[in-house]
Amino acid sequence: MLEAMPHRAAIWNFLFGRLTFHSFPFLNADTEGRILLVTFFVVVIVGLAIFAAITKYRKWGYLWREWFTSVDHKKLGIMYMILGTVMLLRGFSDAIMMRAQQAYAFGPHMGYLPPEHYNQIFSAHGAIMIFFVGMAYIVGLMNYIMPLQIGSRDVAFPYLNNLSFWFTCGGALMFMTSLFLGDFSMAGWLGYPPVSELQQGPGVDYYIWGLQLSGVGTLLTGINFVVTILKMRAPGMTLMKMPVFTWTTLATSGLIIATFPVLTATLFLLGLDRYVGTHFFTNGFGGNLMMYINLIWVWGHPEVYILILPLFGVFSEIVPTFSGKPLFAYSSMVYATIAIMILSYLVWLHHFFTMGSGADVNSFFSLTTMMISIPTGVKIFNWLFTMYRGRVRYTVPMLWTMGFLFTFTIGGMTGVMLSVAPADFLLHNSLFLIAHFHNVIIGGVVFGVFAAVNFWFPKAFGFKLDEFWGKATFWFWLIGFWVAFGPLYILGLMGVTRRLSHFEDPSLQPYFIVAAFGAFLIALGILSFIIQIYVSIVRRKQYAVGGDPWDGRTLEWSTTSPPPDYNYAFIPMVRHRDAWATMKKLGFTRPRDGFNDIHMPKNTAMGIVVGALSFACAFGLVWYIWWLAAASLLGVVIASIVHSFNYHQHHHIPADEVRRFESGGPQAAAQGASA
Amino acid sequence: MSVKRFRGLLLLPLLLLGGCNLVLLDPSGDVARQQSDIMITTTIIVALIIVPVLIAIGIVAWRYRASNQRAKYDPEWDHSPQLELVVWAVPLLIIIAVGAVSWIGTHQVDPFRPLDRIAPGKPVAADVKPLEVDVVSLRWKWLFLYPQYGVATVNELAAPIDRPIRFKLTADTMMDSFFVPALAGQIYTMPGMQTVLHGVINKPGEYRGFSANFSGSGFTDMRFRFHGLSAQDFDQWVAKVRAAGGDLDRAAYDQLRQPSRDAPVHYYAKFDAGLYDRILNLCVDPGETCKSQMMAADAKGGEAMQDPHGHDPHAMSMPAAAPQPLSAPAAPAH
Amino acid sequence: MNTTAIDTAPPAPADYYCLTESPPRNGTLLGFWIYLMSDCFIFASLFACYAVLGTAYAGGPTGAEVLDLPGLAVNTALLLVSSVTFGFAMLEMARGRKGAMLGWLAVAGLLAAAFVSLEIREFLGMIAEGAGPGRSAFLSSFFTLVATHGLHVTLGILWLVVLVVQSIRFGLTEDNVRRLRCLSMFWHFLDLVWVGVFSYVYLVGVVR
Repeated sequence: MLEAMPHRAAIWNFLFGRLTFHSFPFLNADTEGRILLVTFFVVVIVGLAIFAAITKYRKWGYLWREWFTSVDHKKLGIMYMILGTVMLLRGFSDAIMMRAQQAYAFGPHMGYLPPEHYNQIFSAHGAIMIFFVGMAYIVGLMNYIMPLQIGSRDVAFPYLNNLSFWFTCGGALMFMTSLFLGDFSMAGWLGYPPVSELQQGPGVDYYIWGLQLSGVGTLLTGINFVVTILKMRAPGMTLMKMPVFTWTTLATSGLIIATFPVLTATLFLLGLDRYVGTHFFTNGFGGNLMMYINLIWVWGHPEVYILILPLFGVFSEIVPTFSGKPLFAYSSMVYATIAIMILSYLVWLHHFFTMGSGADVNSFFSLTTMMISIPTGVKIFNWLFTMYRGRVRYTVPMLWTMGFLFTFTIGGMTGVMLSVAPADFLLHNSLFLIAHFHNVIIGGVVFGVFAAVNFWFPKAFGFKLDEFWGKATFWFWLIGFWVAFGPLYILGLMGVTRRLSHFEDPSLQPYFIVAAFGAFLIALGILSFIIQIYVSIVRRKQYAVGGDPWDGRTLEWSTTSPPPDYNYAFIPMVRHRDAWATMKKLGFTRPRDGFNDIHMPKNTAMGIVVGALSFACAFGLVWYIWWLAAASLLGVVIASIVHSFNYHQHHHIPADEVRRFESGGPQAAAQGASA
Repeated sequence: MSVKRFRGLLLLPLLLLGGCNLVLLDPSGDVARQQSDIMITTTIIVALIIVPVLIAIGIVAWRYRASNQRAKYDPEWDHSPQLELVVWAVPLLIIIAVGAVSWIGTHQVDPFRPLDRIAPGKPVAADVKPLEVDVVSLRWKWLFLYPQYGVATVNELAAPIDRPIRFKLTADTMMDSFFVPALAGQIYTMPGMQTVLHGVINKPGEYRGFSANFSGSGFTDMRFRFHGLSAQDFDQWVAKVRAAGGDLDRAAYDQLRQPSRDAPVHYYAKFDAGLYDRILNLCVDPGETCKSQMMAADAKGGEAMQDPHGHDPHAMSMPAAAPQPLSAPAAPAH
Repeated sequence: MNTTAIDTAPPAPADYYCLTESPPRNGTLLGFWIYLMSDCFIFASLFACYAVLGTAYAGGPTGAEVLDLPGLAVNTALLLVSSVTFGFAMLEMARGRKGAMLGWLAVAGLLAAAFVSLEIREFLGMIAEGAGPGRSAFLSSFFTLVATHGLHVTLGILWLVVLVVQSIRFGLTEDNVRRLRCLSMFWHFLDLVWVGVFSYVYLVGVVR
């Protein structure tokens, strides 16, 4: 081993920075090392199996041409959903480990995880679930659905869209790398100083650069979507005729544009403190750690609305579809969305009422926080009145919606409790808070994503998802959620705080055991979801559907399932709010000839190249491999310049090909025929 | 467990889940009790809308199921001005009510505000001086200094019942949150900054205290006992601490501030005067300039060099030049 | 109700689809403008830091002691004139006079390069005096804010060089004109940020 030498060769330091043989935690002979070793082998074996399968079936070329370099918003959307699911498995493994530790570590039993490892796990769990599960899922959904809903052929900047995905992927890869190389941040999902300032080693740097990469990707996505919605709507689709999901996409993208730069700046400053020795958030030299906490929540609070707003949009599509009537009070819904978007920017201080800001400041932020519940309440009422006098079909998406309505409403109630500043002095940082935000994030975001996947999967793949396993997934999640987090509400009221890896009081243990059982039920829910996907793929012939399997109301149901590359052979003209529902009612038929050449963007490898170079740069920065960081940064600049010399980024799909596709076999049944 | 007012009503369903000690709903200190009351009041106000909504969701979902052909189906009905008015007005009214409670409560139990009562209907007697406790969170233990008694303790806190306590709090390195759920709501402890908390304990007993803000490896064991004692017992406790001997001088403090997990209770019969101020101002080590002096000098235009302009434009907005405790950054002067 | 105004006759396809292809609308200028707005938030965060930490000298030098006002005047003049010359370049572009445009662009780029090199010189001087970014929170926030602006200007110069090459090689095509418009927005935006830096960081920093 090189460390055994008295002086490590300078060449080693130059080539590998602070990377040594000790940087592989799975080589350590402790519990942590053994857990990681097993994980490492599983990952390697699964990875090799996938690699071998792709090689055997000669799919590398296909993947490269049709997916990795694709600028098609639909394919990028699907890739985001896959990324989100993979990261869900990672983030959920962390959750299971935490639940197991807390169910076990009482009194003399210290549990199987030392605090240093436990702290990494909860930090990774939070950051992964927000950035690489929640964000990946909502960006995936918005990517897939929004351009279809506005009758567009693609997003405004297709190349940028591909690049955003690879940035996000690079960030996720940073987090995954930290599992087997070095360690991860122990400073919680928001990396509060002084813990994040003082932690030695690469952990916090992984956190910083992983989030910087994905943050840039998300910001570009936000800009892309706003321009797409403002510029590329089908003729006739005024703002107040847009589907509500598109509205929430617009609001979320607006929030992304207004908040992610703050995250970038804040992490940049934390990075400067760690790398350059500046004094933004240090204890001495005039630094101020509360400034970090303010800045990070200026991003962090809108972030939770960034996550939830698109799912509000999803429910606003699902409820009318399965109630067989238009959304109740469309304008109210839109104004409520805008109100939430604006208010979410004015509440960040409620995350630290207890820093001693004084009663006037706390009262102000307490009130703004409560005000958010007004538009949110309006939305709940509107969904309720949409179902009123409807014919509600309880399909799987609708089941998730009902689960959401019950769960989220209760989460809203505990949220108002937390927003009352004096009550927050008691509840802050307690397990009650943990239960609350899982209540809204699982009950809102996760349930919404599952509802959306079940709803739009037939659109994306041309066959429905299996109903039985869909229902199994739903019930496992719903019951599992309450079994897992109900006890945490009670523990919170017993004054038990968060992030503890060991407890003194054995009377708390039964609650944690119940919570661990709830997590196990959720695990079964995730398993059922994977089985659901698998079973549906196996029975895809049996489950095949046409373009409009649910009797949909918005434009995406007017094209084939899956839609062609160009989405619409003819761009629709929109005259009414539920454009497709009205067209169906009037007995509209699609034109069968007179097709035109269609102008489409060309695929590009630049996104994956720039993404890989950015990952290399971030990796070099984490490990102090300066040559790698500098070289790959230079590579990014050169690649961008080279890309700008390519003026021909479009091609035409000839009218003949369009005609062939439009009159082809599977599409014949597409025209709203299926019920 | 007290079963006064609606408290019992609210506890009933939770009691069924096991006779657990829901300390946040039944605290033993007046401040925590007021906070708890505010929490319960606002919960009930919010439940006024949440419960009917939950029931309505259930009813509507059942009644308008597709298989129920008897229910009215109106596929065109998508708005109603009157209903929309109600839909906006009802949450608004609820929030006005909750907001009012929150606004008043936030000012009433502001941690900076000296207590004017020790229990409902029992104002603080004019001759009672609050117990002063200076709190320092260290890695990963709690240091309590009693300037009025000259003693100090680690990981054990005691106070006489029904006497207001005034905590001044800071941290050595990490940011923690000082929390005794039975006594009063939590408050952050931050290095180089001071927060203040007022509280009073009304029932004798032994209570749990801990850090409620994650602060690193030893955080999980960063707990202490808080003893609510009668006046007599408190005097005995002070005598016990004093009898244990030990001097918290700079050397002892240097020892104490080394990171350690699950530190045992320790007593000090005396401590260096000014220790707390030096911790607060990040100048325990000799040779370090105290933050207060630095800030005073900064306000005058820098310490190292003379102010070339000979005026002091910030005398108005910066803290006075004398080294005095700093308050939290956004805190108004109290 | 959104369905009341529909007449009952079955609609022709032409009522619901565009039967001809229209060229896609280009959103680059809007997108770039939105990007600039998001960049504003980065600068806003840095300005906020400076507002909080601007007097945290930590016993080190104050703004009045380290900030160089005469140098600032030259710097500001360079950047403002650069902006004006970029404006001339855009006017020439609108008239289709490529040569004149390239000339003005070169002037704008050189002025900006002079700005950056003066700034670097100022920084090196401060660091040599012991007033580097690690000395105090005030200096950390000062260096970060000003250097972030400087980094933007540097990237702008690089972009300008690329666009000059592309304009020479491919002419004032639609793509190039659009790119130059974006760069123009970027250039003026940085000027605007500099006005903020100049008045809030330097002038206020020296006075307080």
